[in-house]
Amino acid sequence: MVNTLKNKVEREIPAEFLETRKGFESTEIGNPEIQRTAPQVRVSTGDDKVVDSIEDIVKKLVKDGMTISFHHHLREGDFIFNKVMDAIISLGIKDLTLAPSSLTNTMNDKVVEAIKAGTITNITSSGMRGSLGEAVSHGLLKNPVIFRSHGNRARSIENGEIKIDVAFLGVPNADRLGNANGMTGDAAFGSLGYALMDANYANKVVLLTDNLVDYPNTPASIKQTQVDYVVKVDQVGDPDRIGTGATRFTKNPKDLKIAKMVNDVIVHSPYFKQGFSFQTGSGGAALAVARFLRQSMIDSDIKASFALGGITKPIVDLLEEGLVNKVMDVQDFDKGAASSMKNNKNQQEIDASWYADPENKGAMVDQLDVAILSALEIDTDFNVNVMTGSNGVIRGAIGGHQDAATAKMTIISAPLTRGRIATVVPKVSTVVTPGSSIDVLVTEVGIAVNPKRQDLIDAFKQVPGLPLVSIEELQQRAEKIVGKPQPLEYTDRTVALVTYRDGSLIDVIKQVKD
Amino acid sequence: MEERLRRTMMFVPGNNAGMVKDAGIYGADSIMFDLEDSVSMDQKDAARMLVYEALQTQDYGDAELVVRVNGIDTPYFKNDVFAMVKAGIQVVRLPKVESAQMMKDLVAVVEEAEKKFNIPVGTTHVMAAIESARGVLKALEIAESTDRMIGLALSAEDYTTDMKTHRYPDGAELEFARNMILHAARAAGIAAFDTVFTNMNDVEGFQRETEHIHQLGFDGKSLVNPRQIDWVNKVYEPTKKEIENALDVEAAIEEANAKGSGVISMNGQMVDRPVVLRAQRVLRLAKASGLIDEDGEYIEE
Repeated sequence: MVNTLKNKVEREIPAEFLETRKGFESTEIGNPEIQRTAPQVRVSTGDDKVVDSIEDIVKKLVKDGMTISFHHHLREGDFIFNKVMDAIISLGIKDLTLAPSSLTNTMNDKVVEAIKAGTITNITSSGMRGSLGEAVSHGLLKNPVIFRSHGNRARSIENGEIKIDVAFLGVPNADRLGNANGMTGDAAFGSLGYALMDANYANKVVLLTDNLVDYPNTPASIKQTQVDYVVKVDQVGDPDRIGTGATRFTKNPKDLKIAKMVNDVIVHSPYFKQGFSFQTGSGGAALAVARFLRQSMIDSDIKASFALGGITKPIVDLLEEGLVNKVMDVQDFDKGAASSMKNNKNQQEIDASWYADPENKGAMVDQLDVAILSALEIDTDFNVNVMTGSNGVIRGAIGGHQDAATAKMTIISAPLTRGRIATVVPKVSTVVTPGSSIDVLVTEVGIAVNPKRQDLIDAFKQVPGLPLVSIEELQQRAEKIVGKPQPLEYTDRTVALVTYRDGSLIDVIKQVKD
Repeated sequence: MEERLRRTMMFVPGNNAGMVKDAGIYGADSIMFDLEDSVSMDQKDAARMLVYEALQTQDYGDAELVVRVNGIDTPYFKNDVFAMVKAGIQVVRLPKVESAQMMKDLVAVVEEAEKKFNIPVGTTHVMAAIESARGVLKALEIAESTDRMIGLALSAEDYTTDMKTHRYPDGAELEFARNMILHAARAAGIAAFDTVFTNMNDVEGFQRETEHIHQLGFDGKSLVNPRQIDWVNKVYEPTKKEIENALDVEAAIEEANAKGSGVISMNGQMVDRPVVLRAQRVLRLAKASGLIDEDGEYIEE
């Protein structure tokens, strides 16, 4: 039997992990004094940076036991990760800690290969899916993965919890000294938000680009003062898979129904007023919310001061229409959003620290009025799981979920059930975002408001046609439709730690029993 | 016949589990589970089983639950009716009705099923879909064929084929059928449902058609997509003036009741029964549209 302690969201945390970290207590960060770290600098006049071969640079920089990092702005179109990892694996390098901003599906098989080769022995990431999630959940990696939100990764890089030895950053353009941005080139993906942390804090920064441009390259999101080497590669990524193409609004009537209800909640909340701010996700329902919200803003003659987070074309359209004053952009989900950044000075690139770091002199999420987020599961305490599936296997990412949930009103938008699987459950399998930071749940059959938000309950009660119900009712209704599942079975072994944005342990993920 | 709103009758393919499960969430006044044309031959039994289970386990709120069974001349008909009656369906819709006798034949099977499953005889209502020239010409006899009738529905695809035409944007080819069915329904005191509009991309055409049938006097429309529900309800929303007037009529009725008077008068004029009925319908629509609350008070946005 493993010795465990319960944290504030009633999760059993094995005591061994509480020696170096505290258990989750509160969403309040307070005003601690934080000491940040600084990177090493290899002094250069800048004329010796261009390198032709990934192998050469890996051989030069990567040593056993180091921490290496990547960004995931190239998403499913990323060619950089696999190329670099191939070089590292073939050189027989061991015991690396992999610390990317997140891991996309195109990286899965390579990470599994690297774990099996002993190349990677530790991972910290926003999330993981597919074959990698399966492998980790079945115990492939000896040390538990540490999952961190985007804000938490920024925090951890700044305070030295994550000390990156070498960052390999794919960029769609760079000059010979390393001035680079994400906005032009075949592999353009827009904001470099997450990668800017690595560029600022890694001991060695290696850019990889297929588009070497004339010096000096501007605008420079990553600057020559930060970059050690520039590697010329054939292709950084597959443009068709970096971001989705033209964004189509969903025609799924259930998604539309949920989106309309989410919009009703926003419009009838006290936050829908001149200069409000919001963050939406990238799913079909989130995009539909943007469309309904647009109409409501026009009807009420209300303009938003800013939209935040991962940006999509419908959000950029609001900017161009003058309904949103600024788009604060940490990443772009589609080509429309990515390509507009270079032409619109009001679409501001922000780094992950500015976006969401809780140990900051003010992060943008702290100023956010409304956040619309998704959930794989939400329980009757409003705790949200975006990490493990109904079979207990890792298949998600924290992303900015915990961070954006600090908004004044956080709305979870989710269908009551997905196929035969309930979304609203008595207890989520993994707590990622604590219920204390969730205010409203919108499903297609009703809206549940967190009882701690009596002010919102009072406001919504005045609105005809808003179907207010308790979250317990929603849970029971879901159970009536899909029945009660057998409890998941796990072994005692912990395969992943889920940290809250302040670094405390909010939950652990156990190895699934076969 | 119980007075209720029937603005929207949403078609749900009986073999689509996801759509059958979610049919209750869109606010349709009536949900029509289809066992007939949207279900292919090899799915007939599966669809019947699925709808049977769904009727007993899913929560469809206040919606009126209707099932379109396969035609009387098909081998599925009797099993469909028996299963649906046993599951407690509120209304059985018979397709391709051309005579009062067809409805009487349906009612005989319904009654047989009610007796077999110990359901009080007469519980299950029926309605007829009219899809042919003959059906249109016999509309009144069909409407008056049984006490269980709740309505007539026009089904334009088969009808226009029978008429050697097809559907046009202006709907002129349907005008006679619409008026026949509407008059028959009104004469019999039952509901009249207009046909479906299948082009989801032509929102304007849909709105134009809905405004037209609303003006004619139809109770509502059959729908193929939940997105059409709000559009229909918008057309059926009473105006503020209509609501004010209806509230005045209601106040006059209450005043008359309080005085124990059988004569309702408003502004010194006697209020006729049709005016009372229209006022009641306007208030029902206003409440369903969220314009006034249960007490008749205006809801301020």
